[in-house]
Amino acid sequence: MMKEIFITDYNCVTPLGFNVNSNWSSLLEGKSGVALHKITENQEAVYASMIDSEKLNEEFSKNFENQSFTRLEKMILLSLKPLIESHPVTADTALILSTTKGNVSLLKNQTVLPEGAYLAVLAQKIADFFGFKAKPIVVSNACVSGVMAIAVAKNMIQAGQYKDAFVIAGDEITEFVISGFNSFQAIGTEACKPYDKNRNGINIGEAGAAVYITSSPSETEKFRFKVSGDSAVNDANHISGPSRTGDGLYASIRNAMAEAKVSSEHIDFISAHGTATLYNDEMEAIAFNRMELQNAPLNSMKGYYGHCLGASGLLESIISMESARHHTLLPSKNFEEMGISQPLNIIKENQTATIQYILKTASGFGGCNAAVVLEKC
Amino acid sequence: MENLKTELKHKIIEVLNLEDVSVEEIKDTDPLFGGGLGLDSIDALELIVLLDKDYGIKLADPKKGKEIFQSIDIMAQFIENNRTK
Amino acid sequence: MPQWYWKNVKMNMMKKITACTLENSKITVDGNLIFESESNTFPEFAKEAYKNLELNYPKFHKMDSLSKLAFLAAEMILKDGDHSRTALVLANKSSSLDTDFKYQESINSQENYFPSPAVFVYTLPNICVGEISIKHKMQTENAFFVLDEFDENFLNNYSEQLLRSGKADKVLCGWVELFQENYKAFVYLLTL
Repeated sequence: MMKEIFITDYNCVTPLGFNVNSNWSSLLEGKSGVALHKITENQEAVYASMIDSEKLNEEFSKNFENQSFTRLEKMILLSLKPLIESHPVTADTALILSTTKGNVSLLKNQTVLPEGAYLAVLAQKIADFFGFKAKPIVVSNACVSGVMAIAVAKNMIQAGQYKDAFVIAGDEITEFVISGFNSFQAIGTEACKPYDKNRNGINIGEAGAAVYITSSPSETEKFRFKVSGDSAVNDANHISGPSRTGDGLYASIRNAMAEAKVSSEHIDFISAHGTATLYNDEMEAIAFNRMELQNAPLNSMKGYYGHCLGASGLLESIISMESARHHTLLPSKNFEEMGISQPLNIIKENQTATIQYILKTASGFGGCNAAVVLEKC
Repeated sequence: MENLKTELKHKIIEVLNLEDVSVEEIKDTDPLFGGGLGLDSIDALELIVLLDKDYGIKLADPKKGKEIFQSIDIMAQFIENNRTK
Repeated sequence: MPQWYWKNVKMNMMKKITACTLENSKITVDGNLIFESESNTFPEFAKEAYKNLELNYPKFHKMDSLSKLAFLAAEMILKDGDHSRTALVLANKSSSLDTDFKYQESINSQENYFPSPAVFVYTLPNICVGEISIKHKMQTENAFFVLDEFDENFLNNYSEQLLRSGKADKVLCGWVELFQENYKAFVYLLTL
């Protein structure tokens, strides 16, 4: 009999605020972190969701004495700190980091690889700061990393390897990433419009996020969400284009829901990936319809936060749980007119709702997909 | 123009890592995409970079790539008409 | 009984069916030398191995070094048998830094600024898993981890959970580390 695993605390650092409450208030008002930014010197400005560096440094200085951390590390440390203050680290506590590029900005103009660029070094720096005994684990599975990291924590606690875990995530806007997505013609010319007829690409975003996961929630926890099911299945189709029939995403959702013992009618809310590329959103519509989920209220949060890569899955899961706690469904920002071939129940305005079962999905380069079912208890 | 076509064939083989393909095997009128070369969407994007890097042509609308990359003949003609390098 | 005892007992219940090692220009399967190259560099070794093994898969040449390494190792193990329920769980220390470094070079100079999509796509370590999935048509569970060093215990425990929860019948598991000319792959097939 597998142990039950719960998320009982979380926090995030985004352009909409340095804690969950300020993020939630901003989201309720329909605010977005997306704006026009000049990220690379000789290149055009792009729409991106960027954290104000001055404010970040100010907030960091208030909370930490030591300043020898990179900008990304500051984002992650700030998200994690309040959680550690509430849940002390033990020898059986895991640290799982979800990131795609880590400190990749350190590579600029280097002839030798800097130590800090290693993802395990980044993770260890954070682990050392908070006194973790266990060696940190990094999940680097493209844009599904954040969702998968939750599943990895569940997996490892159920395996008896750990008693609890902090799952953290972070990715930063960098020239590296912007130039790359540009070379893919994937960046939108305006604030991104997931599922919309006129969508034409992504906005890059950045965020830090942290979640506390345990098999023995204390009585004083403010909330608990059971991680009931998870799965991460590959399309086996193409390394950058999703399966046209949504095979991998469909299988991930099907398996996660089967493990959670829920069927389509039970899903109260879907936090989808919705990057606003032509192909991703279309693929999702097909996969959700194959699972008969076309009626479940659905949104993409990329209109609020941009695509935060390795942080997106975790950040969006947090906001999904906030939605459930506040009995409020948030609209899929910037959606106006249906632009996918199959129907989805896209949320168009703030709505009161009872949310017990959340389905969170993600898809990414390499043909990967991930789905997790969270149950409000 | 013949030189350009041969040059293009060499470049395509190199840039797209078509190790097992020889210049002679690429016919001027053969479809580049949907034909025997097995080119995919990433290759199309790489050819857009090639146009810029080697011939100074920035495609205003990248979707035009489909028309331009139909064959070596068509690609060479487009480059002749638009090159700035 | 102490914790470690139960962990060992659990491990004994899993079987390692076959293992492949790739390093120093050699490919070994279950201790038997399958292929050896005279070449000094990884790209040359990989090319020779590809030809020698008659893989006939032109996409191989588009892959970056990490994907070629993982692909070759996996090929040794997956070429026989049904792997429609075989999960892929790989890990390394350097993630995709070998390719990241190359990609960064293409954007360092403002005058010679030509970011390559074919290189950029490989600046994620999980692409190597994707390449294996595509070749063998494995629509299965997959994961890529970055660890400070090869932690067989962690990978085996993770794989075991996949097997026990019924998400896979076998797991292709292992370490695929590469940064420039330092490389090692140790990949094996696990089952309950």
